[in-house]
Amino acid sequence: MNLRVLFFAACREITGTRELEIEVADGSNVGDLRRDLGERFPALKRMGSALSAAVNADYCRDSVVLVEGDEVSFLPPVSGG
Amino acid sequence: MRFAITTELIRPDALHSEVRGDGDGAIVTFSGVVRNHSGDLATDHLVYEAYPEMAERKMAEIGDEVKQRWPIGDIAIVHRVGRVEVGEISVVIAVASPHRAEAFEACSYAIDRLKESVPIWKKEVGPDGHYWTEVPAGAAAVD
Repeated sequence: MNLRVLFFAACREITGTRELEIEVADGSNVGDLRRDLGERFPALKRMGSALSAAVNADYCRDSVVLVEGDEVSFLPPVSGG
Repeated sequence: MRFAITTELIRPDALHSEVRGDGDGAIVTFSGVVRNHSGDLATDHLVYEAYPEMAERKMAEIGDEVKQRWPIGDIAIVHRVGRVEVGEISVVIAVASPHRAEAFEACSYAIDRLKESVPIWKKEVGPDGHYWTEVPAGAAAVD
């Protein structure tokens, strides 16, 4: 299945893009995608658990199972205000 | 209630008028303003970036929380993105309520929650370089 993966701030600079379309195996969860991305972008892996996952614009756990077309993001620690 | 991410200059007086109702006796506005330093480092300007859809949703959730906890009237939160100069406003929270105590408390709570949970990021840009705050040094080095 295909997912839209969004990158912001430090993660956008690491990946060099705001958005990627990524194919993962059916039944994959957020943690699986996190590991895939970590292999592709070692700097993302180094940020480890500092990155919060979001699916369809809401925070979620790594155990959440993804479905076709989900918008997924791994967010650096926030610093608004 | 209005919760927005904007690239435009934010005018606190406009939000002030927007939240005011005839039953209100107090309006508290908080403005976050860019300062010229961060710790020991000089700041030339900041660059803010947001996940806009999620940021607006999280700000709306803060608005709902605030309305459940305090008997306030209206609330608005607007956060700027893009380049923001020293002295310019990065965020405004405006809370109107019949009495002042709950407006102060609600406004203070709302900015604390925003800083914890709303997906907005700040890049410090100064004479010594630039860096995203809250990202561990070295962690984000591009391979």
